Amino acid sequence: MDLVTPGIGLVFWTTVTFLLVVFLLIKFAWKPVLGMINERNKSIEDALQLAEKTKAEMAQLQADNERIIAEARKERDNLLKEAREMKDQMIAQAKAEASAEANKIMAAAKVSIENEKNQAMQDLKSQVATLSFEIAEKVIGKELENKKVSDEIIAESIKNLKFN
Amino acid sequence: MILKLSKRNFLIVCFTFLFSCISFANDDSAVEEKPAFNINETIFGHIGDNHDWHMWDYNGHAVGFPLPVILVNTNPFSIDVFMSSEFEHGHKTVTKGDHTYKMVAKEMGGQDIFYVENGEVTDKGPLDFSITKNVFTLFLVAIIMLVMFIGCARAYKRRPGQAPKGFQAWLEPVILFIKEDVIEPNLGRHADKYTPYLLTVFFFIWISNMMGLIPFFPGSANLTGNIAVTFVLAVFTLLITNFSGNKEYWKDIFCMPGLPWPLIPIMAVVEVIGIFTKPFALMIRLFANITAGHIIVLSLTSLIFIFGTLAIAPVSVFFVMFMDVLELFVAALQAYIFTMLSALFIGLAMPEGHEA
Repeated sequence: MDLVTPGIGLVFWTTVTFLLVVFLLIKFAWKPVLGMINERNKSIEDALQLAEKTKAEMAQLQADNERIIAEARKERDNLLKEAREMKDQMIAQAKAEASAEANKIMAAAKVSIENEKNQAMQDLKSQVATLSFEIAEKVIGKELENKKVSDEIIAESIKNLKFN
Repeated sequence: MILKLSKRNFLIVCFTFLFSCISFANDDSAVEEKPAFNINETIFGHIGDNHDWHMWDYNGHAVGFPLPVILVNTNPFSIDVFMSSEFEHGHKTVTKGDHTYKMVAKEMGGQDIFYVENGEVTDKGPLDFSITKNVFTLFLVAIIMLVMFIGCARAYKRRPGQAPKGFQAWLEPVILFIKEDVIEPNLGRHADKYTPYLLTVFFFIWISNMMGLIPFFPGSANLTGNIAVTFVLAVFTLLITNFSGNKEYWKDIFCMPGLPWPLIPIMAVVEVIGIFTKPFALMIRLFANITAGHIIVLSLTSLIFIFGTLAIAPVSVFFVMFMDVLELFVAALQAYIFTMLSALFIGLAMPEGHEA
């Protein structure tokens, strides 16, 4: 019966010691240990979440990059195309302007040549007339009395004179 | 290969033992008329508590050290403190103030201290608050636990947020196992409040059990195999269970819903008894398991002395080794069971009922 009768001394000391151990361990061991474990678990969880988020962000970033590159490529193509078109246009315009200028110059040249020709013809006509008159005077041998009439005749002749 | 070698080595050791034992036995046979070996006294002497720490006998003298005796007299109130060596193993009476004490060996191990009046030993004694072998071991376990876990906490503070290292890495899985697989499934969202108590109970029982398995000085006391210790632990669980019981728990005890009214008083009585039987079972289970283990180990060792020959030693050693390994497992298992059932009882006191 002794074996199953709790002795008061051991009951007392067990109570005191156990309570002391519980309170000391709560204050100096369990609180910090469990706190640190929780904190660490939380930080690991946070790190994992952050990694997941970063991964998603990276994927997003990569997609963005690809999109930007594609856009840039398209833009470049557009620019090149525009430049080519502009070049062609400029060349065409330059050609047109040049030909227009050439035509103008040609026309002006033609007009001036015509004028020169006409002038030259006029001069020639009057020269020929004078020459012819002088020749006629000499041929006739005498100066016509009526100078006025003769001048009229000359003018009339010149007028009627046509080349070609 | 290694296994084979070690097996052979083991056999060699056994045979060496056997032969040396036989030669010893022959030597001993010359010395006759030793007092008969009293197995009851030996076993219960080890199982019970003691006022001194006996380590071994040398030339018929006990080698050990005395422990403080603290006696509290109730009428009138006084406290006497002296070393147990003053009793000289019960051969002498000790007089302090008005009282004379005598230490009397109990039938089933341990000693009682009685008053001596007019040269006669009475059957009354003072309250014995002595630092006995078990109390000494209790203090030792407390110190070991404080050093272990405060050291562990310091390791956590030194390396915040990092992976555990060394001893801390050994303790953490155990702490987490108890916390996550024993406490949390039973207590759910209330777990944090009770985790410190339950962790302390687990490690206290485990370390005490293991201390009991060490066969020499710092160990050998049958701490968790003493009903007083398991009684105190069970009372703590009883108190915590009932103080944390919610309205529903008490309603289930005194007025079980859905029960026909004539049965309510009968069930209330059964339930009230149940409040006490649950921790009572905790107390008996731990006490009986540890005490039984000690008795088996001591019995097997006593075989050598019962047969009076060392030839039986290899058999004893083999079986004791087997039992020790089993007890090592039981030490952890009983700590686990006590903790798990405590958590379960506390959890049952907080049913998540219909309105909760």
